[in-house]
Amino acid sequence: MSRSPLVHGLRVARALFTSQYALMLEYRAEIALWALSGVLPLIMLGVWNGSGAGADAGLSPLQLGRYFLAAFVVRQFTIVWVIQAFEEDNLQGRLSPYLLQPLPPLWRYLAAHLAEQVTRLPFVVVILALVALVLPGTLWWPSPLSFLLAVVATHLVFLLRFLIQSLITMACFWSERAAALERLQMIPYLFLSGLVAPLETFPEGMRALAFATPFPWMIWFPARLLSGGEVDVAAGFGALLAWIALLLPLTLLLWKAGIRRYSAMGA
Amino acid sequence: MAKVVAKSLATFRRYQRTLARFWATSLTAELEYQANFLIELLSVGGNLAGSVFLLSLFFGHGRSLGGWSWNQALVVLGVYTLLDGLTSTVLQPNLSTIVTHVRTGTLDFVLLKPIDSQFWLSARTFSPWGLPGVVMGLGLMAVAAVRAGARPGPEALLQVAVLLIASAVILYSLWFVLAATSIWFVKVWNATEVLRSALVAGRYPVAAYPAGLRTFFTLVLPVAFLTTVPAEAILGTGSSQWLLASVVVAVVSLALSRWFWGFALRFYTSASS
Repeated sequence: MSRSPLVHGLRVARALFTSQYALMLEYRAEIALWALSGVLPLIMLGVWNGSGAGADAGLSPLQLGRYFLAAFVVRQFTIVWVIQAFEEDNLQGRLSPYLLQPLPPLWRYLAAHLAEQVTRLPFVVVILALVALVLPGTLWWPSPLSFLLAVVATHLVFLLRFLIQSLITMACFWSERAAALERLQMIPYLFLSGLVAPLETFPEGMRALAFATPFPWMIWFPARLLSGGEVDVAAGFGALLAWIALLLPLTLLLWKAGIRRYSAMGA
Repeated sequence: MAKVVAKSLATFRRYQRTLARFWATSLTAELEYQANFLIELLSVGGNLAGSVFLLSLFFGHGRSLGGWSWNQALVVLGVYTLLDGLTSTVLQPNLSTIVTHVRTGTLDFVLLKPIDSQFWLSARTFSPWGLPGVVMGLGLMAVAAVRAGARPGPEALLQVAVLLIASAVILYSLWFVLAATSIWFVKVWNATEVLRSALVAGRYPVAAYPAGLRTFFTLVLPVAFLTTVPAEAILGTGSSQWLLASVVVAVVSLALSRWFWGFALRFYTSASS
């Protein structure tokens, strides 16, 4: 009996996803709280609305509102926690059995993230509905094309963030302080990604500096797409794909080297 | 009467000694990981630089933020940084363990100790790695206040000290009550994440927010009392009503946290295997 590898792969993917989805549904209260803890862009919207700084950068209050709502949504679906899951599995000794299975553990984490995003979706909708009640007129229907582009961009961002964090996670094989590295890279992410301020409001030099990093493409670009602002679509997708192309081989290489170093922790 | 006073004084000394012992042992343990200091310094410094940059975006072209000038707003950021440092030093390391105690059943051992359980849970450890934040916060507050033209006298400084203590007490009570709900909802740790993310609002003077949020940040989630009110006292623009309100909120929230802990313990049934 020979099975085609594609069919086999799809079956594994389905089994992984459905089991992880069932698991995530168990933790839905926790996931609701995680969704709620992403309110930062909405708080920042409050500050930006009261300041004239947005108008000086050519953003109307409506554009600001839509931008930050879009940033909130993009952030919700690009949250990555591989490093916490991996550290926990490593500490609890679950990594060894995972390694014995004929499936690289990174796939398991990827499926867990996608399942978590599906579980999160209804809570994001509820939060958006609440915002719509408080700020009527801010919610909008994006055009089908920009919505589609934004969804694709958000998935690419998720993949990129997943790769960056996996890369840092691989450092766990060598150092116990990999988690600190993750915390440090969150700082430029927080301030340069557009989560707290649209990139249009940055001074010229700072903006040029930010665009040389992968961060603005992670929130600002998809949020602009989703909120219907003008944005260079080709440049955005080009940057995202280039960063992914750079990090993917690096992550796989480190993973292979790390596994060779790995010698089960604890008892 | 004299007997009661002597007894409470003895209790106070006992707790003081215990606290000194607790923190000395944590310090010894933490100093094993000295590289953490550099990491924390980078983290606090980076966060502060980012916050200052972000704040600068709101100024220029003669703008103000809700009537606050650049230097005045920096004082608020300084108070926020100070409180955030305190959170990393005392609140987070201690209160994050309540969840673990409840889940694994080790809360039993805490309750059996001949010491107040709320005190033990709130003060058992001390992480020196939050101290860079405390120092940078105090520094920013002082520099920004002087540049904003504030020259507080001894009386004003005393007021500032009282208000900062009141802020710390309010912050502690919020964290403790939320962490104590883990008696019912074991996986409550995320709720403190929600709190931490909402408290970020304290980086800006409360006047910078639209009216609805301003009310929310004063009456529901007392962010205004945490950073804006102490900053006003430093700048000499505060009023005695706010001072009084702040102290009352602090006392009430501390009392609430004590009552709530007693209430929660009535529902504690230990962990079953």
